Amino acid sequence: MTNLILFYFFAGLAVLGGVLVVTMRNAVHSAVFLITSLLATAGLYLTLNAEFLFVVQIILYVGGIMVLFVFVIMLVNLDVALHQVQFNRQTWVAGLLSFALLAELLAALALARSSSTGMQLLPAPHVPTAAVEGNTEQIGKLLFQNYVIPFEIASILLLVALVGAVVMGKKRI
Amino acid sequence: MIPTSHYVVVSLLLFTTGVIGVLTRRNVIIILMSIELILNAVNINLVAFSQHLANLDGQIFAIFVITDAAAEAAVGLGIIIAFFRNRQTLLADEMDLLRW
Repeated sequence: MTNLILFYFFAGLAVLGGVLVVTMRNAVHSAVFLITSLLATAGLYLTLNAEFLFVVQIILYVGGIMVLFVFVIMLVNLDVALHQVQFNRQTWVAGLLSFALLAELLAALALARSSSTGMQLLPAPHVPTAAVEGNTEQIGKLLFQNYVIPFEIASILLLVALVGAVVMGKKRI
Repeated sequence: MIPTSHYVVVSLLLFTTGVIGVLTRRNVIIILMSIELILNAVNINLVAFSQHLANLDGQIFAIFVITDAAAEAAVGLGIIIAFFRNRQTLLADEMDLLRW
């Protein structure tokens, strides 16, 4: 029961934060609500017993990426930008299409739940037994055994992104 | 035990919100933030199904998605700073240097 209440709290906070990110006029306000949404998502990970991802989400997303966003907003902050029109001309078409997409995905989910070929065929939700080892240990083993090549490729990707960001930030490109 | 479909619905709502943001906003920084929302929605799905199937591969993929989001944010914000330095604006519809 506590689990369900926590889930609804975090889920509502995440969705509310997301909607406010998209609708706020000021980019700084958007960033603050994105932080709210990301923290609520971290809470959702906790209700899913994914402790490692919970910590990674907070350190990397909230502590890393969002600080970068706020820094850049401060660097390029323009008072003129606040007085310009914030939404482009295709807003109504885009909203209509997005709601069509949402309806389609929800219908697909309902269909998958009701049909015999969808989620019914998946094994029943796993009831966590007494954990032999923690989530972090298991992820570490998986990451350094089965997924060691993708892990190394990710490090090269980060190096490329680092060089790219430095080049982009130079005075003269 | 919370049903997996609850998480999928939350993820769908966040995903659609992000898509609306990408399609309707004019500020490039907010478009990038909406992309982060979309990636986050995908992560919720991955972790929820990882729990549903009692298989940790989904969480590993979520970690890779977070890594990609970090790389994308760094390069994207670098591009935004370079763009702002050249054009003194942040509006996406002003990005028309390659248009003829």
